[in-house]
Amino acid sequence: MGHAYTPGLTVTERTTVRKRRLLPIPGTVMVAQGDRVKAATVVAQTELPGKVHSINVANLLGIAPDEVRDYLIRKEGNPVQKDDVIAENKPFIKFLKTDVRSPVQGTIDTVSTVTGQVLLREPPRRLELLAYIDGVVADVHPRQGVTIETACTLVQGIFGVGGETWGELQMGVASPEEALTPDKLRPDMKGKIVVGGSFLGADTLARAREIGAAALVIGGIHDKDLRALLGYDLGVAITGTEKIGITLILTEGFGTIPMAAKTFALLSKHQGQKASVSGATQIRAGVIRPEIIIPADGARADQGSAAAERGGIQPGDHVRIIRDPLFGKIGQVSALPPDLRQIETESHVRVLEVGFPDQTRAIIPRANVEILEG
Amino acid sequence: MSASAQAPHSKAADLPLSVIIATDCGSTTTKAILIEKQGDTFRQTFRGEAPTTVEAPFEDVTRGVLNAIAEVEELSGRKILDGEKIITPAGAGGNPKAGVDIYVSTSSAGGGLQMMVAGAVQSMTGESAQRCALGAGAIVMDILASNDGRLPHEKIERIRSLRPDMILLAGGTDGGTITHVVEMAEYISAAEPRPRLGITYSLPLIYAGNIQARDRVTEILGKKTALVVTDNIRPTLERENLAPARNKIHDLFLEHVMAQAPGYKKLIAWAGAPIVPTPAAVGFIMEALAKRDNINLIGVDIGGATTDVFSVYDGVFNRTVSANLGMSYSVSNVLAEAGLANIMRWVPFDLDEQTLRNRIKNKMIRPTTIPQTLDELQIEQAIAREALRLALIHHKSLATGLKGVQQERTISDIFEQKASGGSLIDMLKLDLIVGSGGILSHAPRRIQSMLMMVDAYEPPGFTTLSVDSIFMMPHLGVLSTVNEKAATDVFVHDCLVYLGTCIAPIGQGRDGEKCAEYQITFRGNRQPESGTLTFGELRLIALGDNERAQVTVKPVKQVDLGEGKGAPVTREARGGAVGLLLDGRGRPLQLPTDARTRVAALTRWHQAVGLYPTVK
Repeated sequence: MGHAYTPGLTVTERTTVRKRRLLPIPGTVMVAQGDRVKAATVVAQTELPGKVHSINVANLLGIAPDEVRDYLIRKEGNPVQKDDVIAENKPFIKFLKTDVRSPVQGTIDTVSTVTGQVLLREPPRRLELLAYIDGVVADVHPRQGVTIETACTLVQGIFGVGGETWGELQMGVASPEEALTPDKLRPDMKGKIVVGGSFLGADTLARAREIGAAALVIGGIHDKDLRALLGYDLGVAITGTEKIGITLILTEGFGTIPMAAKTFALLSKHQGQKASVSGATQIRAGVIRPEIIIPADGARADQGSAAAERGGIQPGDHVRIIRDPLFGKIGQVSALPPDLRQIETESHVRVLEVGFPDQTRAIIPRANVEILEG
Repeated sequence: MSASAQAPHSKAADLPLSVIIATDCGSTTTKAILIEKQGDTFRQTFRGEAPTTVEAPFEDVTRGVLNAIAEVEELSGRKILDGEKIITPAGAGGNPKAGVDIYVSTSSAGGGLQMMVAGAVQSMTGESAQRCALGAGAIVMDILASNDGRLPHEKIERIRSLRPDMILLAGGTDGGTITHVVEMAEYISAAEPRPRLGITYSLPLIYAGNIQARDRVTEILGKKTALVVTDNIRPTLERENLAPARNKIHDLFLEHVMAQAPGYKKLIAWAGAPIVPTPAAVGFIMEALAKRDNINLIGVDIGGATTDVFSVYDGVFNRTVSANLGMSYSVSNVLAEAGLANIMRWVPFDLDEQTLRNRIKNKMIRPTTIPQTLDELQIEQAIAREALRLALIHHKSLATGLKGVQQERTISDIFEQKASGGSLIDMLKLDLIVGSGGILSHAPRRIQSMLMMVDAYEPPGFTTLSVDSIFMMPHLGVLSTVNEKAATDVFVHDCLVYLGTCIAPIGQGRDGEKCAEYQITFRGNRQPESGTLTFGELRLIALGDNERAQVTVKPVKQVDLGEGKGAPVTREARGGAVGLLLDGRGRPLQLPTDARTRVAALTRWHQAVGLYPTVK
């Protein structure tokens, strides 16, 4: 696999992020190229077709499907209010009269003379697409959306849950090794993005939701606490749409793992600044990682566009080990032996040598390290 | 019954070829292989791979293809590319080390082919539609039917929220129900479904139901979808006719879905044969193998995200895909579906629940990592056993005879009345298991692959096992559509690695008690071997690749080897990279429930067959 290497997570003080903000169906773009936008600015909007309800009028009136039109009071395309009569029979004896009422407000969408069904459609629902980050409209995609660009500090996490939000960055602990415990969450952290250290448990998550924190950023959590938060066991890492009242971002993984010193230092430096965060994660081709974007004050980025594509791992690179038995340790590549080596499992794999701050060294499969980018 | 998995386009006589380059554009990796004619035989000679480039920042699948081919060029010394063009034919410009005769490819990039199917009755046309889409290589996102238990508005919401690449609408036998089919068409119309790729184009929809409902369906869906009408997949209750709809799926896959994916127009132009969805290509080769050797087989491809199971029984092909059973992206879902206890029963040491759960989640979020320690390898192989087991259960439930068929019963059926629609998968009639996917193909010891499959499938009687050496079945499947000999040559010589034969008596007994006596007669000068297999014992007898032996097993009176309890069986058994595995653990396999006893039993079995190295 000549060209492959494990791309790392970006943790960088200065970069330019371009975000494509696209509607699910065509609509109207509300801003123009060059406009400055805030995270809460509506950049595009559209109308989602209303919910459809079906009523089998033929069955309800006891008539043949091809007779349905004769019994309808409202025709296709007519508006109806909830409980309006849309069809009725015409018996000789009034007592036997039956009518069919609309269960919703909307319009008569279609009438079928084969099945005897009448489909009612609720009014369309407006969908407003927000900018999500403070920045400048770099491109407009007619009827679809925009691309927003911002010069910023960027921290990518490894996994997250919960959708997009924004707020002030607030450190909850003093060091990356420290766990974020419930007592560290104060009521004045409402609406803020609270940064912890190595671990938080279910009790901290509960407390964060209670005080109304916008998001939590932490080194690791236990799988059982994620299950408790979501209410189910997550099978595939495609997230971002959970309705859990908070966004959670892990920077390292599952377990108690101190946040990488660089990540912690960078977030500490920007305490008090506004950040946009998203827990959306998709670990497949076209990877999406959760992110913390801290827009720089001032104008559109004029330099340092997206980081140049790397050629591969080099000696001296800082790497994080991402598999047991040294999971979570951070070191520096000290050698890149080119030949395949046999490891304990008897697999022959490409390896590298990593030196750690305590002067120890270890041979690790290349697949089991992640470059600390940025 | 399912139709043949044969290639969608009529197979011309074998094209005269001598050098072939084939790629499989997977969701993460594009794999290229070079096939060259050596004398009269085709052999796979070089391979290269590169990350797939369908997604940003490249958004052009051909970049990954060119990179993978460039690696083949580098290794082989053959000049295949001229800039961004593939040089054809071989020997172009008088240079024997330049060019190829044909380029062929399969694709599952960008999530493969994702379909929604609909039928009138769930267990009849709904299932037929599902089998049709699966056989065409699709992932079936949902099956809608009049009687699927959902209210109309729930169906409509579901259709709207899914964004499939294509919909297959079936329903009704010819001359049968119209109302239910029209009802499903009305729901689809009301939902105004949108395709996954391309914001502006119409969603392809294949109608393959009651011919008498065609006009009504066209009226309802003709303007809202790119409607294609084809033959009914269930013209009568007794007959399934999947081939026409399957061929239409392949055509639309190329014309609509592929054409929307970045770079595919160029790729389609390069290829000398239609691009086929990866699982469909694997289906072609599985079916060709079963036909060639006149055997029943089960094939499994356990990947990072999904596990595909193929079977050919008495010539009937079936495929299922368990979309969320896999070894990396979906590893956490294996835990969720199998449960912790089922995974732990295969782990030969104690481990606390929290540690195991965290490890599995860490694999899910960093799916490209590999086990570095022996215990990590053992955990992954334990998970693989459960993924394989669950995927086979899923397959058995769908690879069935047709439901709703009237059966004539005779006096002899009085004591054994089976309902229609029973599973076709009879493990006793199984001849061969073919394993594929990283965890099976790249296990450090071949016995590990063999035992994973034996533990997961519990094959009774005599069953031969094999693995795909480097996952080239898709390439060979698509190649078989243009040159069957080339595909077969490479499959036999370079692709399939025979592991050996598992011989497993059916029945239970106390550990250490006699289960069966056996006698093995080898070809050549090797002395015959005989002995007693006891319950709870695993025994490995060397029998090399291409070697065969005559094996006679005399089970004790409560034990069966396929010919009845206590009846001796003599069969020819094939050797392989592992040999003959005599499995006295009983069928169904029952592991001790007590943790200490279980760990002791696993350790004993693992040592008996040399499953793992001894860690110092």
